[in-house]
Amino acid sequence: MALKIVKGSIDRMFDKNLQDLVRGIRNHKEDEAKYISTCIDEIKQELKQDNIAVKANAVCKLTYLQMLGYDVSWAAFNIVEVMSSSKFTYKRIGYLAASQCFHEGTDVIMLTTNQIRKDLSSPNQYDTGVALTGLSCFVTPDLARDLANDIMTLMSHTKPYIRKKAVLIMYKVFLKYPESLRPAFPRLKEKLEDPDPGVQSAAVNVICELARRNPKNYLSLAPLFFKLMTSSTNNWVLIKIIKLFGALTPLEPRLGKKLIEPLTNLIHSTSAMSLLYECVNTVIAVLISLSSGMPNHSASIQLCVQKLRILIEDSDQNLKYLGLLAMSKILKTHPKSVQSHKDLILQCLDDKDESIRLRALDLLYGMVSKKNLMEIVKKLMLHVDKAEGTTYRDELLTKIIDICSQSNYQYITNFEWYISILVELTRLEGTRHGHLIASQMLDVAIRVKAIRGFAVAQMATLLDNAHLLTGNTQRNGICEVLYAAAWICGEFSEYSMQTLEAMLRPKVATLPGHIQAVYVQNAAKLFATVLQKHEGETDSQAAQETSQLLIDRLPLFVQSANLEVQERASCILQLVKYIQKLQQKNVEVAEEVTALFAGELNPVAPKAQKKVPIPEGLDLDAWINEPPSESESEDEKPKVVFAKEEPKHYRSRHTEVDEKELARRREVRKQEQANNPFYIKASPSSQKVYDAPGVEHIPVVQIDLSVPLKVPVLFNCDLYLWLEEERQQKEKAERKKKEKKKKREKRGKGRKADSGPESEEDIRPAHQVDIVTEEMPENALPSDDDDKDPNDPHKALDIDLDKLLADSEKLPVRTHRPEVLKSPAEDRDSKSVPQETKKKRGRGGKEKKEGKEGERKRSKEEKKKKKKHKEVEEELLESQPEEAVQSEETKEAAAPPTSTSAEASDLDFWLSSAPVPPAAAQEVTAPSSAAAVDTSSAAAPESEPDEPKDTEPEDTKSSKHKKKKQKKEKEEKEKKKKKRHHHHHHHGDAGGEDSVQNGTVEEEEPLPVMYIYSLLAENSYIKMVYDIQGNHQDESKVVVSVIFENKSDSFLKSMEFNVLDSLNSKLQRPEGAGPHDSLTVPFQLPPGVSNEARFVFSVQSIVMPQKLKGTLTFIVKSDESSTHEKLDFKLHFTCTSYLITTPCYSDAYAKLLESGDLKGSSLRLEGISMPFHHLLARICFHHHFSVVERIDSCASMYSRSIQGHHVCLLVKTSVFIESKWEESSLLGNVLDEIKQTFSKC
Amino acid sequence: MIKAILIFNNHGKPRLIRFYQYFAEDMQQQIIRETFHLVSKRDDNVCNFLEGGSLIGGSDYKLIYRHYATLYFVFCVDSSESELGILDLIQVFVETLDKCFENVCELDLIFHMDKVHYILQEVVMGGMVLETNMNEIVAQVELQNRMEKSEVNQVI
Repeated sequence: MALKIVKGSIDRMFDKNLQDLVRGIRNHKEDEAKYISTCIDEIKQELKQDNIAVKANAVCKLTYLQMLGYDVSWAAFNIVEVMSSSKFTYKRIGYLAASQCFHEGTDVIMLTTNQIRKDLSSPNQYDTGVALTGLSCFVTPDLARDLANDIMTLMSHTKPYIRKKAVLIMYKVFLKYPESLRPAFPRLKEKLEDPDPGVQSAAVNVICELARRNPKNYLSLAPLFFKLMTSSTNNWVLIKIIKLFGALTPLEPRLGKKLIEPLTNLIHSTSAMSLLYECVNTVIAVLISLSSGMPNHSASIQLCVQKLRILIEDSDQNLKYLGLLAMSKILKTHPKSVQSHKDLILQCLDDKDESIRLRALDLLYGMVSKKNLMEIVKKLMLHVDKAEGTTYRDELLTKIIDICSQSNYQYITNFEWYISILVELTRLEGTRHGHLIASQMLDVAIRVKAIRGFAVAQMATLLDNAHLLTGNTQRNGICEVLYAAAWICGEFSEYSMQTLEAMLRPKVATLPGHIQAVYVQNAAKLFATVLQKHEGETDSQAAQETSQLLIDRLPLFVQSANLEVQERASCILQLVKYIQKLQQKNVEVAEEVTALFAGELNPVAPKAQKKVPIPEGLDLDAWINEPPSESESEDEKPKVVFAKEEPKHYRSRHTEVDEKELARRREVRKQEQANNPFYIKASPSSQKVYDAPGVEHIPVVQIDLSVPLKVPVLFNCDLYLWLEEERQQKEKAERKKKEKKKKREKRGKGRKADSGPESEEDIRPAHQVDIVTEEMPENALPSDDDDKDPNDPHKALDIDLDKLLADSEKLPVRTHRPEVLKSPAEDRDSKSVPQETKKKRGRGGKEKKEGKEGERKRSKEEKKKKKKHKEVEEELLESQPEEAVQSEETKEAAAPPTSTSAEASDLDFWLSSAPVPPAAAQEVTAPSSAAAVDTSSAAAPESEPDEPKDTEPEDTKSSKHKKKKQKKEKEEKEKKKKKRHHHHHHHGDAGGEDSVQNGTVEEEEPLPVMYIYSLLAENSYIKMVYDIQGNHQDESKVVVSVIFENKSDSFLKSMEFNVLDSLNSKLQRPEGAGPHDSLTVPFQLPPGVSNEARFVFSVQSIVMPQKLKGTLTFIVKSDESSTHEKLDFKLHFTCTSYLITTPCYSDAYAKLLESGDLKGSSLRLEGISMPFHHLLARICFHHHFSVVERIDSCASMYSRSIQGHHVCLLVKTSVFIESKWEESSLLGNVLDEIKQTFSKC
Repeated sequence: MIKAILIFNNHGKPRLIRFYQYFAEDMQQQIIRETFHLVSKRDDNVCNFLEGGSLIGGSDYKLIYRHYATLYFVFCVDSSESELGILDLIQVFVETLDKCFENVCELDLIFHMDKVHYILQEVVMGGMVLETNMNEIVAQVELQNRMEKSEVNQVI
């Protein structure tokens, strides 16, 4: 209250805050909706006010109302307003509201980009945190693209709090903007080893999430994760990693072998149930991935099953549930070890907890065998009777059907039993699975020929008692069964007047339309059989009566509201009337009528239609008639019904196929059809159909009331069980008698689809069942590859991460980024870099060669020749300062075989090495891996002493293995050569000239760490480093980023930054400030912390370097005292700081050179002993150039100043730099600066 | 990934809802109703996992919940999360609430939904677990509250 009064705003005082709103709603229980609507009106008023506090309060209330289900998207703009408040309190409210109600369709989201960017770079970590949290909920593809780079920078923030949030949100960014994955991945990987456990956990989290969807791309991280697994103590992280391994092992069985031991150790040692459970789970995954024929893993299986049994027997329902869940995974590969626990699982079926019962059901699915199927199903049927809720009962029903029908009815020995079970299931009231039962009936009747007679009898009973099933006519209700029953009776029935009568009862008209239609159609089929039966009999009374019955009953269906029923009924009615006429003339019609329904229908595989290849000459995309105009129906694309075959077929037009060919094909087709028993041949007879009669002809039908009240179940299921046992025993006895006779042949005949386990071959099916397999088009194989959802967002993230980064993949950067993106090489072995560079420098002298003037021309010609060839690379050569550092690796991306194979062999080695105790393994694996790979490649023939040799990235732990080093180097050399060799092989067509790729492949040498920041000033309290960058948007401004680092133990505050302006360069100060006022640095520095501030300078002329004097004043505050300190510095504006790395394509570059507008100058650097690509990288990095093209040891480079001057450089091996620039004084200065850079090193 | 976090009371009244995937408001309410319906009919001594919220998720998703006095805390998660881990996380979250509100009860959640959200934001971010260490969570929440207070003081 105090706050409000002090604020003195009258309307503010009457405002409701969130608590008041909640209280109000609770006090208006009767007319809540009305009360809320008045509140919303108030809120709308509040949102109109200028006071941000009022607005924020209103938005906060809206967030609450959103939870109650009110749409608050109308306030989206106000939410954005509150988000952009400078106060954390309000900002937080705004972001919360946004995260609750913004989504991809919210249009104001695009207004937030800049605000979010500002918040992300806010000096206050909580502003950044709040923005990240909010963004994680409503990030859109646009936001992801625009902010990816900012977030990536935050991944290296000084505060772990920000780092972990930035790392986590990257996953969302990847999902929305998959292009960001590759550029961001190296840094993400680096975060796996972040010193802060929270950040590490976040990185593990993100990579696990990524790897779960596309595991194969992350296989190469396995060693790293293995290390984490054996070293981490954070259970949360361990669980994630172990889960990840579970996803990886199916791809690499050797990984599994390596994992078994540490996982078993964890299982034995951990006290955390969650961890134990995940370990068991992953061990199971490993066991599944390993070939089952490995006897030495039976111990692991036993361990798992044993542990799971303990879980299942636990009184904690959660553990019981999980135990069952994991057990079902073992079941798939090791059914035997689970089957011994059948008692336990059946026991779980009686559990009061539905989740547990469902899990147990799942397990039963895998536990059935021919022996126990009937028994298990019987148990389940008992449960069906007991179950009260329909959901669980339906679940039971589907499970019974699943269990029985699995793997092509593999476990069913007696199909009569199964049909009876299905019939019994129809007694379930209110089930939603009528359709499922119906399709099972159809499937069995069609595919098991031997059972048809029995099925017809059962179905006839069902039809006869249809009234019991029609109570529930809802969609998918049990009445669906009648559909199947009618069809089966019609299709397979021999002769049955009674069924025909049952199908034409008036009650049928209450069934759903599609069922009636089947009734009508199949009544006609039955009619045909009746006719045939009575054909030849002298007394045609029966046949004529049947015709009369149809003529009497069918008109009811002609009246049906359902078109299908109506149409069929009227057709058939006319047909019957015609037949009746013929019958009266004593004409024999039966054969012709039967012919109407001749031919057999075969089951078709579900994917068959998709697999039908497009017939040759059929072009679905071609116009049959040219379209009348462009205006309409362009957006509707026909769905692809046929599988796409070779694209070339699309080309071949129908008309192009000549007559002969057509005739030949027709012949072939006819032949095929003749040989195909399933092909339905054209019916020899065709009947004419007359118009439907008038309604007045329809006689009134008598209602048949003589129906029994209970479905007489023909065969009780228990009976089957008993019969089956008896039969088996009999068989056994029989077999004992004639043990020596071979029986298998007899059995093998009818059971192609049957492939039961060996042990079960003893049980013979009661019937010789002929399981017809489903039809597929010729040569088509049923496959699962088309099951994947094409809309899965994770599909876009299926990106090869081992390939090195191309520049074209860089994230869009809007403002310049002072932080340097480390190159992948650096990432991998930042530790070993210093030593290696030293080493190399010694050798580097060899490679000095004298460059000649003529070379330039030649290289130009080559350029032109290879223009096409290099288009791709040119794209790669876009430039940012950090990209330039990577340019070497970048080019290598063009040669993936080499780089990936290196990775792969690395992994191979890691996997193949004998399992070592975990602690030792970490130390040993890394270095020895390099050695082992080398020996394998020692036979490589080529040798080129002049080439700089480089060390592989994998030897990270070099410090511990100095002794080995020399040897290793040697081997590395050879390895490299092999790679080169390999590479030449690939690019053999490039001939003698080394193309850009060829020239660089061998120079994988890791680049030394380069710091873009240079020292500004330093004293005992503070250190300042700075960097200057321009941007294209403003030709007279540069931004100076200064990092302040507190070196003392005290708190530094009130830092003020001031620079003495010159005529040419001025520090931009806020409006109203005098030209000599200093700028306050917007943060304070606790001990040991560093932070960055940016200052904008306006510059006029950029041709001369300049130094500006400045001062930083600050207060050092320690516990006892605070002192005022001062630090002077000189800001050095070099000419290169006005250059901006700009990509340039080689043709544009050539034009520029030819234009003659440029003035030239050259420079020779002496005593440079670094590899050529280092040199280029340095120029790129420090002087903001980009490589246009590089051939051998000669490179052309380009850059542009903020005022649009072009600068071209030609650099040759001898470190002879020739440059051209429009502005000659500027040119001289830049060259001087380059010289200076290299003289330093 | 966590798809949604729902807190509602024994009568199905929502106390906090957090969806990490977009659903329109009416759909959100339906999901709450369905989830409440599924969860509320279960005894307290059955397991805390539930399959088959038909509206949210599908086969890959599970509801993992805990029931405290008058409140249900329900997390809808996919198979990448460890079931027992999430149960622990719910416990951590509730204990954190208890610390921040000092003996939390339903009324705290009713009147301070925003604060509960701020606490949750330190535990789960964008559907992924951010922090599981209670002390760290509490520390961050407090620092932010302190900052809010200092802003209020500045106004005065």
